[in-house]
Amino acid sequence: MTVGSEPGTYRQWVDQAIADGAVLPFGGFTAATVARSVGIWLAAPGESNMEPCAASRCELVSGLGIGTIHAVTDDEVFVLTHLDWILVLVGGWLGLGLLGIAALRHTDFVARVLFPVGAAIALGLAAIALSALFDDPETAVLPLGLPNLPFHLRLDGLSAYFLLVIGAASAGISVFAAGYFRQGEGTPPGLLCLEYHVFLASMALVVLADDAYSFMVMWETMALSSFFLVTANHRVPAIRQAGFLYLLVAHIGAIAILLCFGVLQANTGDYSFANMRAQSLSPLWASAAFLLATFGFGAKAGILPLHVWLPEAHPAAPSPVSALMSGVMLKTAIYGILRISFDLLNVQLWWWGALLLALGLATALFGVVLSTVQTDMKRLLAYSSIENIGLLFVGIGLGVLFNAYDMHSLSALALTAALYHVISHAFFKSLLFLGTGSVLHATGERSLGKLGGLMRRMPWVGWLVLIGVLASSGLPPLSGFVAEWLLLQSFLFTTELPNSFLNMLVPVVAAAIALIAALAGYAMVKFFGVIFLGQPREPKLAEAQDASLLERAGLIWLASGCVVLGLFPVPLISAIDRVTQLLIGTGIASTVRNNGWLLLAPTTLERASYSPLIFLAVTCLAVLLAVLLVHRLYHGRVRFAPPWDCGYPAQTARMQDTAEGFGQPIRQIFEPFIRMHRELPSPFDEKPVYHVSIEDHFWHWLYLPVARTTERFARLVGRLQQGRIAIYLLYSFLTLLVLLLVVVAK
Amino acid sequence: MITLSGFVSQLLEIILALALAPLLTGWVNQWRAWLQNRSAPSLLQPYRVLHKLFNKESVVAESASPIFRIAPYIVFGCMTLVCAIAPTLSTDLPLAPAADTIALVGLFALARVFISLAAMDIGTSFGTLGARREMLIGFLAEPALLMVLFSASLITQSTSLANIVETLAHQPFAIYPSLVVAGVAFTFVALAENARVPVDNPATHLELTMIHEALILEYSGRHLALIEWAAALKLFAYSCIGLALFFPWGIAGAGTPLAMLVAMPVLLAKLAIGGVLLALIETINAKMRLFRVPEFLATAFLLAVIALLVHVLLGA
Repeated sequence: MTVGSEPGTYRQWVDQAIADGAVLPFGGFTAATVARSVGIWLAAPGESNMEPCAASRCELVSGLGIGTIHAVTDDEVFVLTHLDWILVLVGGWLGLGLLGIAALRHTDFVARVLFPVGAAIALGLAAIALSALFDDPETAVLPLGLPNLPFHLRLDGLSAYFLLVIGAASAGISVFAAGYFRQGEGTPPGLLCLEYHVFLASMALVVLADDAYSFMVMWETMALSSFFLVTANHRVPAIRQAGFLYLLVAHIGAIAILLCFGVLQANTGDYSFANMRAQSLSPLWASAAFLLATFGFGAKAGILPLHVWLPEAHPAAPSPVSALMSGVMLKTAIYGILRISFDLLNVQLWWWGALLLALGLATALFGVVLSTVQTDMKRLLAYSSIENIGLLFVGIGLGVLFNAYDMHSLSALALTAALYHVISHAFFKSLLFLGTGSVLHATGERSLGKLGGLMRRMPWVGWLVLIGVLASSGLPPLSGFVAEWLLLQSFLFTTELPNSFLNMLVPVVAAAIALIAALAGYAMVKFFGVIFLGQPREPKLAEAQDASLLERAGLIWLASGCVVLGLFPVPLISAIDRVTQLLIGTGIASTVRNNGWLLLAPTTLERASYSPLIFLAVTCLAVLLAVLLVHRLYHGRVRFAPPWDCGYPAQTARMQDTAEGFGQPIRQIFEPFIRMHRELPSPFDEKPVYHVSIEDHFWHWLYLPVARTTERFARLVGRLQQGRIAIYLLYSFLTLLVLLLVVVAK
Repeated sequence: MITLSGFVSQLLEIILALALAPLLTGWVNQWRAWLQNRSAPSLLQPYRVLHKLFNKESVVAESASPIFRIAPYIVFGCMTLVCAIAPTLSTDLPLAPAADTIALVGLFALARVFISLAAMDIGTSFGTLGARREMLIGFLAEPALLMVLFSASLITQSTSLANIVETLAHQPFAIYPSLVVAGVAFTFVALAENARVPVDNPATHLELTMIHEALILEYSGRHLALIEWAAALKLFAYSCIGLALFFPWGIAGAGTPLAMLVAMPVLLAKLAIGGVLLALIETINAKMRLFRVPEFLATAFLLAVIALLVHVLLGA
């Protein structure tokens, strides 16, 4: 039996295989029984995965593709769909977590066995999701939840794509974490394993949820488990503070999301997404839902002004957790926005798109400017994440804008750019955060002012992080550039919008995007140059050890993801096409496929095209020819000597640029964005101290006033508590009087 | 489909760029010297300098990582690709679909990032200073260049350079206001990116005023030769892109290989005039303080955005 290579759903292939009477002796009857029991458990009453079948013998056809075991016993056929397999894998994650609790303090077992198994599960999840992307949507009802409110789950193109992102990125992160958690992180490793895998499982279930109830349960689980992961090292007060701030903002967002679902169900009482899709809200209520969704999901994503938790929580968490939060969790917020704007709300208004565009642009500009002036390597990456989330919102905003004007193919282009950026960011940001984890473990330093010259001591980490840095700067031929290219291409089409005001505004936005991309390169050169290049700024850096084998494996997986996604954009665009088909009804994959797999040409070849493979090939050819010709025609002699530095004799490591110095030009140009406090020493100090702190304006403009007002209001209400029992009896008496009056008046 | 004429024109362009780029630099140096009332070096002096440098031994700092040694090659490779996709003689370039204007800007950024990282690699004060300044210039010049190229893209409805030039060359003579404004912005950006006065003096020996030179202070021998050649290629590419966008007449179209025979002297004439103008600009202006450079580049950026807006408003 050959696995067919033609397109078509997996189920059709399986049906054809049964009709051909194929049998694969894979596992035999035992496996059939297991599959049957799992199938029965997963299919809740009323929702059946079973179809009647004519065959009467017990055949077991193993799906070597992606996961459908087709067991035929008696005259019933059980088909385990992609969704069933995903639930099995998610259950596997939860099982790993429980095993972790059982082996609470066995670091070796947890790290060397449980986390790699979790990575394997993640990889399986990604593979199944990729297969499900090209298949029809599947639903399931889990017998969990309240008596009349079971969990509805649905696996459609959008969910499958985000599951692919979650699985692929977390595979690399889990492998890295297997090598990373070797020292005390303040929490027993088994407990960390539980929290980590519950986090992963809840993220996977969030994108699968098909009704508001299961969505909110999974959303809250995600927030809680990530809170515990952030405060893993809970004995440090700053980390507790960061975790609490994170939890607070997450819950403010969750309230907004809950209210949004309340608006979407339009007084029908049925909170399932299928019902919400069927409703048609008036523009007022639809806008209210959209604004609530933007607020709620924006709080989780880190949009201005709800971003303050990001630069606190990401540095406070252990590095694999930061990578997971930044690379994967922020994408669930993007999933939420896409689900609500395009799927649950039937029509979009143009000003929604303009709002997302403006918010995204402000966020991106703010994030990138602040990232260039940071002196802590993880804060720099956190602000860079804020910038990338802003760019994602810009792409989604463009998509909504085009869709509102019924320019569907252009909307598909903008959404494709945003979705490409989702997976690209997941890979390179995780890679960068994991790299900082290795550096932190090797040196014990997080501050950029105490690092330097690590390229020679940690070559593996250095070279792999270089790939991440190049991808993050949006440089060809890596993955960051493809997303940026598609986004800029969609900007070029905006002059066809009917609204002349928007037509004028959009070139300005495109210019701002280009500026943001250039500044991102600045921040990344600073990040890489100060940490890995130059001279070591502290003597203890000479003892830094390179990453362990498992850590290297995780970094290699993520780096190769960046490279592959950059060099082969066309297959991924075919996958993303399924998502845009679901959301908008059209996609760019057909035009892209028409132009071949070597060139990426979203519209016509004459209009725009980009071929990363030819790009790389020509550049490498030029480099090779240069090397060969120079060495052949001349020579390749090298002599090593002390650095020249224009002949200055006394060179120390302190003479090179500091991280702060590298950011000084940007600080000067963008002074209004940054709030800086400096304590300069005077020439008469015996022990001169230099102190600089860079703060966020929004903290002082928005959060502290809100906190003060809340406190004042709470104190006002607190005046009710006088502390004397006579007063409280008076309250009860007055309440009784009022109630009696009300009853009498009726 | 790669036709024979396409292949020949592509190869000819690359070889021409590699061969003529030092000549352009020598021409500009000659005119700068004559305008400053000095006696000029020979026109072929850059070739002799390259030959001398290639023969010399390369002295590398002990603390250098491999990035330091491979960066010159990568920069050279990037500039070669830039010259390959910029239509100098003909628009029939098989490599043109591989990289459009956005990828062109990305190529310049890639070269800039690598040379900055190489400058930071040794860990000297001047290297990191140069890296910081180069990234500052780049972060403002790159979006300005992109917006200039966008103005041309909006007029011709394409981002492929060969297509843009083909469309612009075959239209009846018309002055596009957006292209005029974009041309001014392009001149500013070209001056900044190629390290010319008033942004950076390529012949300076004062380290605290250097930008581009400070990046390559530690290089010697063949590495320095490759970087100098790459800088010459960058100037050549910028000149050719500017000429192709704003003065596209004379460039051979697709499928007319014999027109390249006419295109060659036209190109040489245009480059000669451009070189003289560049030398004139360099002589008339004084170098700006470093803190004024962001203002200069912001002006270029705003002019480029205005060019876009002019196109959107006027449709031309």
